[in-house]
Amino acid sequence: MPNPLTPLSAAANGLMHRRLFLKAGAGLVGGSALLTAQPAAATRAAWMKAPGRPMSRYGAPSEYESSVGRIGFGVSQPGTTGSGASRTPLEYLNGVITPSGLHFERHHSGVPDIDPDQYQLLIHGLVERPLKFNLESLVRYPMVTRTQFLECSGNSRALLNRTAAPLGCGEIHGLVSASEWTGVPLSILLDEAGVTTQGRWLVAEGGDAAMMSRSVPLAKAFDDALVALYQNGERLRPENGYPARLFLPGYEGNMSIKWLRRIAVTARPAMTRDETSKYTDLQPDGTARMFTFDMAVKSVITSPSPGLVLHQPGLYQISGIAWSGRGKIARVEVSADSGKSWAEAALDEPVMSKCLTRFRAAWRWDGGPTSLMSRAIDEAGKVQPARAAYLEDNGPSTSYHCNMIQAWHVASNGDVTNVYV
Amino acid sequence: MSTFSRRLLRWVIRCSIGACCASGVGAALAESAPGLGVALSEAELQATQVSIMPNGDGLPPGLGDAVAGQTVYQIRCMACHGEEGTGGINDRLVGGAGSLASSRPIKTVGSYWPYATTLFDYVRRAMPYQTPGALDDDEVYAVTAYLLYLNDIVGEHDAMSATTLPLVRMPNREGFVRVYPD
Ligand code: HEC
Repeated sequence: MPNPLTPLSAAANGLMHRRLFLKAGAGLVGGSALLTAQPAAATRAAWMKAPGRPMSRYGAPSEYESSVGRIGFGVSQPGTTGSGASRTPLEYLNGVITPSGLHFERHHSGVPDIDPDQYQLLIHGLVERPLKFNLESLVRYPMVTRTQFLECSGNSRALLNRTAAPLGCGEIHGLVSASEWTGVPLSILLDEAGVTTQGRWLVAEGGDAAMMSRSVPLAKAFDDALVALYQNGERLRPENGYPARLFLPGYEGNMSIKWLRRIAVTARPAMTRDETSKYTDLQPDGTARMFTFDMAVKSVITSPSPGLVLHQPGLYQISGIAWSGRGKIARVEVSADSGKSWAEAALDEPVMSKCLTRFRAAWRWDGGPTSLMSRAIDEAGKVQPARAAYLEDNGPSTSYHCNMIQAWHVASNGDVTNVYV
Repeated sequence: MSTFSRRLLRWVIRCSIGACCASGVGAALAESAPGLGVALSEAELQATQVSIMPNGDGLPPGLGDAVAGQTVYQIRCMACHGEEGTGGINDRLVGGAGSLASSRPIKTVGSYWPYATTLFDYVRRAMPYQTPGALDDDEVYAVTAYLLYLNDIVGEHDAMSATTLPLVRMPNREGFVRVYPD
C-alpha cells in the first residue's frame, strides 16, 4: 500500500513519488520524441526502399543486439568443460521473463544430449507401485503453467568480497532468471505410484554425467513441484533440462534437478554431496546450516547499473527486479541518496508469487555523485538486509543465499559502479 | 474400493501423518490423470543404481582398502586432485581439520563432510570427471578408503564395504544444523 503520508517528492535527491511516475513517464516519452532526430516524412530510410527479409523458420534477436548474451559461459573448472555457470545479462533485459536462450546455466558436468525416444522417468522406493514413464505418456498428463523464478543459491556471492569488485549487474546477480514453466504436477505422478506411509522425502537424480542428485521433502513435492516439460511455451532447452526437469518454486535452483531421470521416495534425506559438501552455509562458529531451501527476499536495480552510462543530468527511470522464494513481493523501496531516504517504487502488474517482479521509479539526476539502492519486502514481511546486517548475521564464510542490498555508485561523469555503502 | 476412494484414503493418511498434503496444485487435476505409468519389473529395480543412504542402504557388494585405493587414485584422480588429495587443479579432498571456525575455513572430505557414505555415492556417480562410471565397485570402495585414510579417519588396511563404510564416523558429523523443517 502506498503510504498516504509520503510527500510528493518521495525521497531525497530527485526520487519522485510513484504516483507521479506514470505522469512523469508520459511526459518523458513526449519529450524524448522531440529530442530524437526523425528523418523528414518525405525521405525514405534505406530499409524502406525495398521489401524486407522474408519470413524465417525460427526467429533470432536483431543483429544489432548481438552483443547481448550470457555472461561467463566460457569458464569451466580447471581441466574440465561443462563444470561452471553462465549468467543472465540482467542489465540488458526488461519485464520479468528471461528469454530461454539467456536463462542462466549452472552445470556440474555439461549438458547431456538426451534422445527423447529413450527418455524414461523412474519412480520407486517407498511406493506401492514402482513405475516408469516415457515422454510420450508424460505429455498426456494434466499440466499447469506457472511463471516463476529460478535462482542458484550461489547467486550474488561476489558481494561477499572484502572490497567491491568492479563487476556489473549480470556478473554479480545473473544466476537468477524467470520463465513460464509448464508441466505435470509431481503430486499426480507420486499419487499414481502410491507413496507409502513411511515416505517423507524423495531423492531426485539427473541424467547428466554427474547424475546430480538432491533430496527434496515430500511436502514440497505435494505442494507445488512440477515435472516441467515446457519453458516459455516451447519444449525445455537442453541447458534447462530437456526433455524433463524438476521445478521447485522458490527453492534454491540446484534442487530443481535437470534431465530428471529417477525419483526415489525415502524416509530420510540421502545426504548427497550437493546437500552436504556444497549448498550448505558455513557460519562463523564453524557449524553449517543445511537444507536452507527457500531463496530469501531480494532485489536489484538493473538500470542504471554498471555499463549503462548516464550521459546527462535529467529524468531517468530506475528499474529493477525483486523476488522472494516465500511468495509475492509486497513492496520495493528505492533510495537515490545512498540509503538515507527511501521511496516506494511502482510494481509492474501482475505481481506473481515466487516470480520476478519488475519495479520502477522516476528519478531526476542532478548530475552529482550518489548511490542508488533498492530494498524488497515480501508478503511474509521479510525485509532484504543491508550488506553489513547480512554479514553480521551470516559471517563472511557463507557462500550461498546472499540477499544483501546492492548499491550502485553514480559518478558525476555518469559512470555506474558496484560500491559498498 | 474405487480408485477415487483409494486416493482419498491415501490423502487422509498422508495428511494425518503430516508428511505432505495433496491440497497442492495437483489435487484438482489428479482425477483426470491418464495413469500411464508402467510397472517396473523386479529385474529393472535390481538393475537400478540407487542413491546410498547414510545408514548404508543401497551400498553394493565389494570391498577395498587404502592400499588398493592409492593405486586407483594415482591413475584416475591425481591429475586433477593432486598428490595425496591436495595441491591439485580441482577441489582439495584432504586436510583442513579444525579450520572451519577460522577466518580461512578449508572444506574437504575430511574436515567438512558429515557422512562417509556420501563419498562412495558421489565418486561412483560423478568421478573421475571425464569418465564417470569407469570404476567398478571394488575400486570405488578402495579409493573411498584411501581418501578417508589420507584424512586420518581410517587405517591403511581397513577395508571399506557395505558393512564397514556406514560405521565410519566423520569428524564433522555433528557440524550441521538443519534449517528445514523450520
Ligand atoms: C578431470 C579432472 C578430474 C578427475 C580426473 C577427477 N576429478 Fe574429482 N572433481 C573434479 C571436479 C571439476 C570436481 C568438482 C565438480 C563439481 O563441483 O561439480 C570434482 C569433485 C570431486 C569431489 C568432491 C569434492 C568436494 O569437496 O565436494 C570428490 C570427492 C572427487 N572429485 C573425487 C575424485 C576421485 C576419487 C577421482 C578419481 C576416481 C576424481 N575425483 C577424479 C575433477 C576431477
